[in-house]
Amino acid sequence: MSILIVKQGIADSIQDTGRFGYQHTGINPTGAMDTIAIQLANILVGNDPTAAVIELHFPASVFLFKQQACLAIAGADFGAMINDIPIATHTPVIIQKNCVLQFTKPIKGARAYLAVKGGFTLEHWLNSYSTHLKAGAGGYKGRYLQKNDELSLQEHHCFSSVLKDTDAEQANWKIETRDFYTNDKVIKVIQGKELSLLTEEAIQLFTASSFQITSKSDRMGYRMKGPAIAVPAQPMLSTGITKGTIQILADGQLIILMADHQTTGGYPRIAHVISADIPTLAQLTANDSITFKWVTQQEAEDAYVEQEQHLQQLQNACILRLQEYFTTYGIH
Amino acid sequence: MLLPSGYELYTVGDNAITISFGNTISVETNQIVIAVFHTVQQRKILGVRDIIPAYSSVTVCYDILRIREKYPSAEQFIRKELEKILSHDIQVQEEKTALINIPVCYDISLGVDLHEMAEIKQIPVEEIIRIHSSTTYRVFMTGFLPGFPYMGMVDEKIAMPRKTEPRTKVAAGSVGIADRQTGIYPLESPGGWNIIGQTPVQLFDAEKTNPVLLQAGNLVRFTPISIETFYHLKKKK
Repeated sequence: MSILIVKQGIADSIQDTGRFGYQHTGINPTGAMDTIAIQLANILVGNDPTAAVIELHFPASVFLFKQQACLAIAGADFGAMINDIPIATHTPVIIQKNCVLQFTKPIKGARAYLAVKGGFTLEHWLNSYSTHLKAGAGGYKGRYLQKNDELSLQEHHCFSSVLKDTDAEQANWKIETRDFYTNDKVIKVIQGKELSLLTEEAIQLFTASSFQITSKSDRMGYRMKGPAIAVPAQPMLSTGITKGTIQILADGQLIILMADHQTTGGYPRIAHVISADIPTLAQLTANDSITFKWVTQQEAEDAYVEQEQHLQQLQNACILRLQEYFTTYGIH
Repeated sequence: MLLPSGYELYTVGDNAITISFGNTISVETNQIVIAVFHTVQQRKILGVRDIIPAYSSVTVCYDILRIREKYPSAEQFIRKELEKILSHDIQVQEEKTALINIPVCYDISLGVDLHEMAEIKQIPVEEIIRIHSSTTYRVFMTGFLPGFPYMGMVDEKIAMPRKTEPRTKVAAGSVGIADRQTGIYPLESPGGWNIIGQTPVQLFDAEKTNPVLLQAGNLVRFTPISIETFYHLKKKK
């Protein structure tokens, strides 16, 4: 049994937590933009946190579930509906077979993650399920999901005892996500190698200004609009770059590299977004403005470790809650 | 070969450290880069998940969480491991890789920038082809696209800067020149290199266990083929 895409979204793809170990061949890691939301969606349905999910952008795909299923949506709130029942984010939802899941309006955030209990039946490509759009490989046929695509589900459960007469039954608990995201749109950064090329005034401009995410932003990177930051022309050889790297282009504008970034680059790197703030950045959209705040390498690491510990606690709590929930209804 | 005394370690975000050997393109430096790449790979350092060799640098990407389970600072741990490696002599292996031959059709219909190059450089098209195909190139690094090889050094006589207006679409297999580098587009892509020909050889094949044909350290030579041979070889795939 499976789920069918009955209407195509703007840019929806299968992603997991990334493909590592191939960057020396020019194959970049890709993976979910919001590295936290993918894990939350998975733990809400009892999956491994790194399992493959569907990353949705608005307007998102419309899905027909041909079987009963347990699903969860994390990250952005796109006003999800099962038939005519509105469903919440960050909570497990049991749905009847032959129900339609659609997304009605972009309420909050930029990317939603749809996980289904047991996961999808997909083929690994280089140890990952992430869609590599450039290579046309991984995920589902190496491309965005299209109308009439059909994704097989790994598991089949009978949820009739939960559903009774309703098409969608939501759990009476949800995950609080506040602690994973920074509310004030202050993105924490650590120093980049070429920051030393900048004058004191230019560094001041970077630190004190606000920068707007432009519409020329996608999974590869965010093009920012703000005061031009002067950087002396200096020939630079291409060298390894990472997700979150902030480069200055020739016109003094910034680009922040995101999940589909290239493996190497040759623009001056003035700063790097810390791993713990990538999820916040991933949920911002065009016209949102951000400011930057310097932190140390140790602070960056600590923030990431703290996030992971919090995730681990949530996962443990979810496992217990799900067990309880399913036992009540006699589901194994 | 001994390591040059001058190397620098710097962080590239909170999960990567680059070992830099300066800012120049040279075979000697790149040989050290490749040797360091292999050494770091063999060392199987805790938490390391990607090693990216470039012209004169090696970037080591790591998983903060795996290291932090055992050490108070992932950065300090990786830094110390890399310093340990770099404090010993790095054995630069003689290039064992056989010369990889890449057939290229330099027909004007595929080498769409040949005419313009001939005009700017004041060199006949035949001479550009002869010069390009009579050098053995070294793959200094891959990047930009899966399996895109940055090769050098191109003879000064046919060196051309990137196009000011990049093309929105360059065909897969296109062979280009940018300054003193030559490269091959493994996939169709936007691109700014001057296109002088096309190879029927597939540089990227997702179905293969090792999907890319060329890797840093490989030696490459181009053999001119006719347009008939090009289409014949292309059809055979």
